[in-house]
Amino acid sequence: MMKAFIEGIGLLGPGLPGWSTSRSILAGAKPHTAEPMTIPTSDWLPPAERRRTGVSVRLALATGREACEHAQRDPRSLATVFTSSGGDGDNQHVICESLATAAREVSPTRFHNSVHNAPAGYWGVATGAMASSTSLCAFDWSFGAGLIEALTWIACERQPMLLMAYDAPYPEPMRAVRAISFPFGMALMLAPERSARTITQLAVDLEPSSRTTAAGLPEGLKQLHDAIPAARSLPLLCALAREQRAEVPVDYLDGRQLRATVTPP
Amino acid sequence: MEPLALSACSIVTCLGAGREANVAALRERRSGLARCAFETVELDTYVGEVAGVDQVAMPANLRDYDCRNNRLAQFALDSDGFVEHARAARARYGAERIGVFLGTSTAGILETELAYRRRDAEGRLPSDFHYRETHNTFSLADYVAHALELTGPAVVVSAACASSAKVFGNAARAMATGLCDAAIVGGVDTLCLTTLYGFHSLGLTSTRPCRPFDAARDGISISEGAAFVLLERTSEAMSRVSLLGVGESSDAHHMSTPHPEGLGARLAMQGALTSAGLTADRVGYVNLHGTASRTNDSSEAAAIAHIFGHQVPCSSTKGLTGHALGAAGAIEALLAAFALEEGFLPAGAHTEALDPALNVDYLLASRPGTASVAMSNSFGFGGANCALLFGLGKR
Repeated sequence: MMKAFIEGIGLLGPGLPGWSTSRSILAGAKPHTAEPMTIPTSDWLPPAERRRTGVSVRLALATGREACEHAQRDPRSLATVFTSSGGDGDNQHVICESLATAAREVSPTRFHNSVHNAPAGYWGVATGAMASSTSLCAFDWSFGAGLIEALTWIACERQPMLLMAYDAPYPEPMRAVRAISFPFGMALMLAPERSARTITQLAVDLEPSSRTTAAGLPEGLKQLHDAIPAARSLPLLCALAREQRAEVPVDYLDGRQLRATVTPP
Repeated sequence: MEPLALSACSIVTCLGAGREANVAALRERRSGLARCAFETVELDTYVGEVAGVDQVAMPANLRDYDCRNNRLAQFALDSDGFVEHARAARARYGAERIGVFLGTSTAGILETELAYRRRDAEGRLPSDFHYRETHNTFSLADYVAHALELTGPAVVVSAACASSAKVFGNAARAMATGLCDAAIVGGVDTLCLTTLYGFHSLGLTSTRPCRPFDAARDGISISEGAAFVLLERTSEAMSRVSLLGVGESSDAHHMSTPHPEGLGARLAMQGALTSAGLTADRVGYVNLHGTASRTNDSSEAAAIAHIFGHQVPCSSTKGLTGHALGAAGAIEALLAAFALEEGFLPAGAHTEALDPALNVDYLLASRPGTASVAMSNSFGFGGANCALLFGLGKR
């Protein structure tokens, strides 16, 4: 079993404009409506860099910042795990489209933004954090893979760390083969020890898949869970919003799942 | 960290398929770089293309995964008896107890580039295009886990050119916490138009074979390659070389330019030494990231001088192999391990006049060596840094 203590949470998704404003929706006390969302550009970045950022980068920066502020942790000192089901579809589309023309002109900015770890790169520029950082992909199971990586890192290094999971929508024609239509991002500030900052203890086990992970989610959130890989964090987020001891399944690779147990103090 | 045995490994680069071919090229300083004739690319640059990728036989049950990147992965699985070693490990530990931790920067994006040329009148992609199995970044680990019939934790690290160095850290952590008992680590990246035209647009590709640490160096030579390692606890496996330490850091400086004084690189190297419990004077060879870009080499040289002084023999093997991007970390980890086992310190290729501003002991000719510990450096876009330490025999 892997264990850590959650100190802060960040969230940004359709009808979920931030963790603190979305808690009652996640707890099932208020209905969810999938309103169009705005993803802020970060004033942590210099203006020139800010203009260059895509949806993935902005999701990671906004949710990571919310989780740090929630936990009152300085991001500059934190190690990070970034996880996404496939990176920046907008950039990939524009690059592939231009490579299909005779001129094959690729914008240098688009190219350096096309790397899967672009959010990690911009996060570093924005916060000055020089600690270890990794950028993961496990297709639809990227949130579960990120959670495992964050918890194994904490178990080995005994340091706090920030996990950010996010997905940006794909434009046509890629959307036909990768049907992600909405952006979604979330972040967890995790620490190895219980402290005054602790919101809840989190324990995670790897087990054979037995339960439908979206069962029990409030209406509307179930659709998000199934439509956006990063939203597979919703069963955990809903359990956190309810502030009660709970055991929730988190989707992981074919045939397996994670069992996340939250235990508030 | 607890040392981990490199109990089996395989490598395919533009120098050849398998350990023997790569060691021979390293000894002879035979470069695999050639003028770019890849696909329909019209760029004045040199690349390291792997011969024979199109002839690789793919397993019938994994046909949807067919793309250059997974073909190269299969090529490496078929080399150096790696599949047999993995099969034996599966019998020993159980399929669910072996993790798969692989690095790639672009996976099979070439498939998407080709599919975009075949869009129909309405702009739709062709129906035989398999996004999940080819383009998606995870497709590499997904393919390898299926090909080796492993069901342990699986993930791809995609942190640009540090990707397949960093996976040694992910695997070590997963093993230390009992998530798995052994791990397949490594990386695969293949030539594609995105990286060739992309690096060209940044002005980072040379029109000649790359010349790391040369005063006249003027850019990188992009290549492709694959390397896999079976990592096991040293109590469970015999191996001559072990992974001793992993150090990771972030530059926090710029998306595509390294920190000028190599601050992030320094932190990664120091982190590797700390995790191995070693001092810098124990390191007998450093396989540099050494891309031959103006900025990488000067920032890396500053970091090396800060950590090691000017005495440690070092070289970049990218003049031989080219820069295999997301696969470079694992390839160069193995080249450093081979140098330890074979008892020589390999010189790079193409470097003629060392840049006097880079004050390090750069190997212009190979030396017989008695190094028992080697470091391998990998740095990437987004400021991702990783240094690995390998050791010969028992410490």
